[in-house]
Amino acid sequence: MASSVSEATSSDAALRRFLHGLPGVDQVGAEQRAAGLGTRSIKTTAKAWAIDLAIRMVDLTTLEGNDTPGKVRALANKAMHPDPLDPTCPSTAAVCVYPDMVATAKKTLGSSGVKVAAVATAFPSGRAAMPVKLADTRDAVAAGADEIDMVIDRGAFLSGRYLEVFEEIVAVKEACGDAHLKVILETGELQTLDSVRRASWLAMMAGGHFIKTSTGKIQPAATLPVSLVMLEAVRDFREATGQMVGYKPAGGIRHSKDAIKYLVMVNEVAGEDWLDPDWFRFGASTLLNDLLMQRNKLKTGAYSGPDYVTLD
Amino acid sequence: MTKFEYAPAPESRAIVDIKPSYGLFIDGDFVDGHGKSFKTISPSTEEVLAEIAEADDADVDLAVKAARRAYTRVWSKMSGAERGKYLFRIARIIQERAREFAVLESIDNGKPIKETRDVDVPIVAAHFFYYAGWADKLSYAGYGPDPQPLGVAGQVIPWNFPLLMLAWKIAPALACGNTVVLKPAETTPLTALLFAEVCQQADLPPGVVNIVTGAGETGRAIVSHPGVDKVAFTGSTDVGRAIAKAVAGSNKRVTLELGGKAANIVFDDAPVDQAVEGIVNGIFFNQGHVCCAGSRLLVQESVAEEVLAKLKRRMKTLRVGDPLDKNTDVGAINSAEQLAKIRELSEIGEAEGAERWSPKCDLPQNGFWFPPTIFTGVSQAHRIAREEIFGPVLSVLTFRTPKEAVEKANNTPFGLSAGIWTDKGSRILWMASQLRAGVVWSNTFNKFDPASPFGGYKESGYGREGGRHGLEAYLR
Repeated sequence: MASSVSEATSSDAALRRFLHGLPGVDQVGAEQRAAGLGTRSIKTTAKAWAIDLAIRMVDLTTLEGNDTPGKVRALANKAMHPDPLDPTCPSTAAVCVYPDMVATAKKTLGSSGVKVAAVATAFPSGRAAMPVKLADTRDAVAAGADEIDMVIDRGAFLSGRYLEVFEEIVAVKEACGDAHLKVILETGELQTLDSVRRASWLAMMAGGHFIKTSTGKIQPAATLPVSLVMLEAVRDFREATGQMVGYKPAGGIRHSKDAIKYLVMVNEVAGEDWLDPDWFRFGASTLLNDLLMQRNKLKTGAYSGPDYVTLD
Repeated sequence: MTKFEYAPAPESRAIVDIKPSYGLFIDGDFVDGHGKSFKTISPSTEEVLAEIAEADDADVDLAVKAARRAYTRVWSKMSGAERGKYLFRIARIIQERAREFAVLESIDNGKPIKETRDVDVPIVAAHFFYYAGWADKLSYAGYGPDPQPLGVAGQVIPWNFPLLMLAWKIAPALACGNTVVLKPAETTPLTALLFAEVCQQADLPPGVVNIVTGAGETGRAIVSHPGVDKVAFTGSTDVGRAIAKAVAGSNKRVTLELGGKAANIVFDDAPVDQAVEGIVNGIFFNQGHVCCAGSRLLVQESVAEEVLAKLKRRMKTLRVGDPLDKNTDVGAINSAEQLAKIRELSEIGEAEGAERWSPKCDLPQNGFWFPPTIFTGVSQAHRIAREEIFGPVLSVLTFRTPKEAVEKANNTPFGLSAGIWTDKGSRILWMASQLRAGVVWSNTFNKFDPASPFGGYKESGYGREGGRHGLEAYLR
């Protein structure tokens, strides 16, 4: 496969042939399968296990124009101790911020093991010159980011300039150095599931460590049918190349029930190897509080309320 | 040990109230039969659920006479709009009692609660709603300006979709102004008897619907009763043939919906992940107890290996077990007799040299179970490619060209359904015109809708059920 990757990316035409040669996706069938998996009933011990795992998979996110160091410090503290009254509550996988907040987050998190992810490459639109995107990336890495969440140029992808998108991802990856690269496809703008499958393969072939659905700034963000196609992509990519790529749905996942649906889908479509924060993340902000409330409900048998979990 | 063990998620049985014994539903009341009785059991545990009256000739005679009285005195005289009101009422009650029907069907039949809850019962209600709407519009159905009902319909239904087949039979018959005597299958009588309660609850005039339980003898009594104007049967081709002989020379009208050996045809340009879902749905839905099941997979040689690898991986995630667990995908085989037949044909498949494969799955100790199974290396000459197995057993064959696919698909005495998987629209249309099957699904499988007619070619029977076409069988 390594040789066929270089073959497929030898020219725009070759890359187009390869991506358009991937099996099509029947939207009706994909939606039906996603809905079917959504009816799995996860109860008691399975639910408790899933909730703790989901907490460990959260990239706790704040990506707002009004973010301040204070807000980011608060978020980082929450990521380390989501439930300050319960030491058995696991910490989240990472916090996800804009590049200028990386240093603040890094300092607060210290050696807690919680990673810092930064969105870069002119997030969320990706509309900037290549040198700007690379500088954005290098700046975040220099500030201590462990992970970079880049956006692809959807305009280039939709107009069929696949090689340009490929080379862009390769260049950003190089700029990342040791930091892990998550490639945001912004599936809400790609629209068709065929495009989602092609963009997923493109990002994996270019060396992305994770493929990610959305910036969270465009509706629809993560959906179950899109996740189905992307999870099939990481599964098939490993089968073809032996390389495992992670998956991160982001945006719109607000409730524990939804998070558990995603975990069921990961389990039954990609396989249980992906049920690990190294290979699966939730890009979310409000989800964490609902996970915590459900976690308490399972422990105590009673629902608490929004005042019993911390504000972000 | 898997990482993510789904904890048991059983649906509660508390909602159903199974009586120790049931009589026959004749002329609006439950009455004791004159004959013997038989037991209905839960196929997943072999637990005896209830004692059921076995209607003899005298009981059937009473039922037919009650139906005749109701027909001449009430039902055929009632306006279509009034009949429609009763059907709408029945449909609503079924929706209100959906969970009760779903749980009871799952217990008596062995099929997963997920399926009775999400497929069977909703389609049952939809069927009554659909035909309720036709009741006052029959003059516009295309069967003449003033079509008339036939009279008393004798209806015999199978055990694979007990309540759904009841709905397919009763809803159009009643909408057109007929009255019915219906016999549910002997292994699955309970939801039909619960439906009888719904008829009472809906204040349906006595005798319009009569439910007589029993086995083959009871069925024969209905079919050969001189007071029956119309026979509707869904079940095996052998019994269908016997019915056709029994009514030959009489004035009775007949519709038969019989067996199948459907081809599910996967081309090399198919949306492969959805095709795999369609294959799984085609043969493992309802434990393969589906007359239109996609029991022959015809896959283009160039993608056979890839499709089979994906199919096997998908089959490993099928959850076989307790039908009442909300996460169960494949339930119990309906009866010991059916299990024996599936085993026998599977052994023949092996003896004929086909390669047998099943995912590892722990089957419960009690009850009737058969793992999802595929046979590869099957040719047209194998018995498992020709005979209906009516279980979770898929025969995999390959083809090289569209023409060969059509030839192989049509090379069967049956002709109920077929599936086509390709991204090429023109090929779908061409294939659909070539396939001799009553239902052709493209890029999907086992989709049922009350508005869509259903029925077979050749040994799969004659007549259509569902849609506007389904009215024809009950009108003259």
